[in-house]
Amino acid sequence: MFLYNFLSLALFDPEQTGHKEEGAGFILEHVQDYVIFEIPPILGIDISITFHVVMMWIASIFLILLFSLSKRQMGMVPRGMGNLLEAIVLFIKTDILDPYLGKDGMRFAPYLLTAFFFVLVCNLLGLIPGAGTATSNLAVTGSLAVLTFFIGQSAGIRKKGFGKYMKSFLPPGVPGFVAPLVFFIEFIGVFTKHFALAIRLFANMMADHLIVFTFLGLIIIFKSFLVALLAVPGAVALELLAVLIALIQAYIFTMLSAVFIGIALSEEH
Amino acid sequence: MIDFSLAFAYLGAGIGVAGATIGCGIGIGKLASGAMEGVSRQPEAVGDIRGMMILTAAMIEGVALFSVLVCVLLIFATKTIGS
Repeated sequence: MFLYNFLSLALFDPEQTGHKEEGAGFILEHVQDYVIFEIPPILGIDISITFHVVMMWIASIFLILLFSLSKRQMGMVPRGMGNLLEAIVLFIKTDILDPYLGKDGMRFAPYLLTAFFFVLVCNLLGLIPGAGTATSNLAVTGSLAVLTFFIGQSAGIRKKGFGKYMKSFLPPGVPGFVAPLVFFIEFIGVFTKHFALAIRLFANMMADHLIVFTFLGLIIIFKSFLVALLAVPGAVALELLAVLIALIQAYIFTMLSAVFIGIALSEEH
Repeated sequence: MIDFSLAFAYLGAGIGVAGATIGCGIGIGKLASGAMEGVSRQPEAVGDIRGMMILTAAMIEGVALFSVLVCVLLIFATKTIGS
């Protein structure tokens, strides 16, 4: 499985990368995005097809096929793949939707389930050698966090009214002279929390793949095959850890999205 | 005149990752010790504690990865004088 990674790194001549001043720059180029199909900018926005866009399309088509082909197996007693998918969906409902979103929670189930399965499939697709992780791109995770922000805050504003929504940033029992400061900090905190949501997923995915490529790139940097005796088992162990981290990060992203939506909807203050 | 900008960038990245690893190690160590104590007090809560432990460990690691991100940016995006 790592022969492809090894060959793709080995066939990359470090001196030909040009703009990198030493040989280690070729490691980063395997994790970054690159344009596959150039499209001229429309209204100033560049919408060229890049590698991560193609990976997102593959993940979407895989999910659409998976769920629509399993629909036949649903019924009173699901069997086969429908059974597995129903188990996962029920797990998300009991662990994420019910504790944090209460009785209104099924309204947000389409978005949260889509986010969970999309992030999970994107993360796991990146572990295949030759394919890339769409979620290791800050644009992708940033878009998901922006979606969570808009869905949560607009639901909160619609439920509570704009005045009461603004008042919910000020916890009760705060002395008068620090009230503007606390309000400001809580207000900025909403943006910070969603930004951290994007960065957490992006940094976890990028770091996992970067460190696997770094371990294998050490063989190239040291220019000797003896390093492979240490580097390849290390890279195997880190790749298996990356599988675990992919699952956990998908769950954490969905759970924190549900928590933030629940905070925007809550009426405790 | 020697240009030290790359040297300082690599040094800063190394020290930054060291600090992040120390903080993350201490944090997850305290988390693990609390989890062990909880399981030893009430062995039938193992399932709940295990789930929460893995979840909060991943979130603490997320904070360490914020600083790893900054250090990777330091390594790969520092320009030397004249480029």
